[in-house]
Amino acid sequence: MSRSPLSRRQFLGASGAALATGLAGCSAGEGGTSTDTASSTDTLKIGVLEDQSGNFALVGDPKAKASMLAIEEINANGGIDGKQIETFQRDPQSDNQRYQELTRTAINEENVDALWAGYSSATREAIRPIIDRNEQLYFYTTQYEGGVCDEFTFAVGPTARQQLGIVLPYLVEEFGPDIYTIAADYNFGQLSADWVKVLANENDANVLGEEFIPLSESSFGSTINRIQEADPDFVMSMLVGANHTSFYEQKASAGLDVPIGTSTAMAQGYEHRRLDAPAMANIYAGVNYMEEVPTDSNTGDGGFVDRYFEMYPDAPYLNEEAETNYFSTYMYKKAVEQAGTTEQPEVVDALESGIELGTEEAPEAPEGETIRLDGATHHVDHHMWIMRADDEHNVEAVENRQIPETFLSETAGCNLPENPEQTQYTPVDYYEEAE
Amino acid sequence: MVNGINLALQFLDSFAFIVLAAAGLAIIFGIMGVINLAHGEFILIGAYTATLAVTQLGLPLVVAMLVGGLVTGLFGILTERVIISGAWPNYISQQTLGRDIIEPLYDRLADSMVATFGLSLILTQGARIRFGNSIDQIATPFGAISYGAFSYSTYRIVLAGVSIGLLLATYYLFTRTDFGMRARATIQDKETAQAMGVNTDRMYMLTFGFGSALAGLTGALFAPVITMQPTLGDQFLVEAFVAVVVGGPSVVLGTALSGGVLGAILATFSNLYGTFIGRIALLVAALIALRFLPDGITGFIEQLRKRRQESD
Repeated sequence: MSRSPLSRRQFLGASGAALATGLAGCSAGEGGTSTDTASSTDTLKIGVLEDQSGNFALVGDPKAKASMLAIEEINANGGIDGKQIETFQRDPQSDNQRYQELTRTAINEENVDALWAGYSSATREAIRPIIDRNEQLYFYTTQYEGGVCDEFTFAVGPTARQQLGIVLPYLVEEFGPDIYTIAADYNFGQLSADWVKVLANENDANVLGEEFIPLSESSFGSTINRIQEADPDFVMSMLVGANHTSFYEQKASAGLDVPIGTSTAMAQGYEHRRLDAPAMANIYAGVNYMEEVPTDSNTGDGGFVDRYFEMYPDAPYLNEEAETNYFSTYMYKKAVEQAGTTEQPEVVDALESGIELGTEEAPEAPEGETIRLDGATHHVDHHMWIMRADDEHNVEAVENRQIPETFLSETAGCNLPENPEQTQYTPVDYYEEAE
Repeated sequence: MVNGINLALQFLDSFAFIVLAAAGLAIIFGIMGVINLAHGEFILIGAYTATLAVTQLGLPLVVAMLVGGLVTGLFGILTERVIISGAWPNYISQQTLGRDIIEPLYDRLADSMVATFGLSLILTQGARIRFGNSIDQIATPFGAISYGAFSYSTYRIVLAGVSIGLLLATYYLFTRTDFGMRARATIQDKETAQAMGVNTDRMYMLTFGFGSALAGLTGALFAPVITMQPTLGDQFLVEAFVAVVVGGPSVVLGTALSGGVLGAILATFSNLYGTFIGRIALLVAALIALRFLPDGITGFIEQLRKRRQESD
């Protein structure tokens, strides 16, 4: 769909490369196949598996588009270390089984040099065993609950500690200490709710109540009544997916006007554009990126927003995860050039040396200033924002600062270069209040 | 702590949701023995039509909703003519090949499920291709009523009223009008009805169209409160099927009774223990009903009545 056509020369080069590696790589065993890619030729291959249909299509489609934008830009500027990028792009349709099949295809048949895949945490956990078994370099780009310490996974989206960590203290200061949590009922929502408890404790606030809501649910009458009964100073909402969006419309029409902090609404599914005002009034999103983030490299002339909509004039919105797909492709580019090869172990080493964007030789990430990949944890020290929507759904930046990912580095002690592992740490292991 | 008004309003809300979700499905299944797995997508057509009529054409909300029902009804008739009865393709094949190519799907439960499931996939993906992953949404009208620390969307209460109105209208249509009598005659005994001069083919078409229009109206009515995206029909399917199974063969009474029983269960449990437990309670109730009342509530009532007649 959004795939750029290959020139005949590129195609010939690629087929030649495939033939050469096919001959050279016959001996590779189970697990070794991922590294014997077209490293000695003038192309490299990137796998992009993002949802363009199914329940996560709304948030997944911009990810695929932004990856393609980065790849097209890089190719137009001479590629990575002189190599043009080929893509293996498919739509897994928000279906974890299809994700598993396509991940195997990308690794074993397409021999991708790096893989970008998946919106939800459930998807990531469904394919991570395949990725680890094949020692595949993998970028997971969604904002998520945090805690993945995996030698092959680069979780470059912001974590709950970063997202909730900027918005929750602000709301406590502005509105008071009483919190009510509503979250999607799967690992992301459950762990995010635990983070709310941890952060509440750190900020002398308290969680009056919490409710977990199945992803298929779209009626929120009883939830709204329960919030009113608890009478909190603000609500923390980690609702996810198209069905849950109904909550905002319903709370507005029910006259519930308590402020809401969130790590999921607006930045991903652009509810402030899709829903009639004032459904999203008084909602505070803790995010690393939204289309409205007022940095020069984003909304400036010829910035990220301009370039994206030039390539996709009909796209509805440029969301948080799209930016992560975009800048992480540049991080990968920088790492390959630093390593001087596409061999995955060496690229991982280069990434672990602490790749930075926004320096002289690499472009600034649209979210702002310098951002840095922390080699020890494979997470990113993001530039975080609090974005607030008003009664007319205009979005403004309330606060912003750089926030490193501290849970893995400081609390869990994740240090992948020294101690390669494949674990997901959860807050309950470290904080009593999260239990 | 249970707040009585909350519970009552949530009961009304659940009742309206279940009844409206099930109405079209119940008619098409109960009267024609066709399981319409594209029911959710018929709701989608109604919801999208109403929303687009407001946002693109600027029609008043009530008119847009009626348009949503109407368009879905017409689409239902088209579906019936082409896929369910195969009348139009058969007409063409009679002209060209001299024989029918489609066997009607009436009373072929499994076959009708497969055919309509295919239709639902086409409609969902078609909506995605044509309108993208979402369309702009209209706001919920009427504001809210307040009581103590609580407030509730007025529109949700209006929906409950509308659902009762629709049930009454359907009941009237099928029991007090000429159309209803012909429709019921067609269901009970097709051959006799034909002998009495009823155009049964036409009755099937119109009944299917009416059921579809109800589904479309449901979508249009819920358009201001649910998210406009191509898979929105899925949200209605569980409640719709559970309601039809629990309700049993009598369409109007069954839908009303199962809406009442299941609505009470859903409202009570989600009010006391949260949305998730409410869902579970609904499914457990369906499980128990299937085990002990295999013909649903109205099937059970019918059985009791027969037993009483025999003992008299």
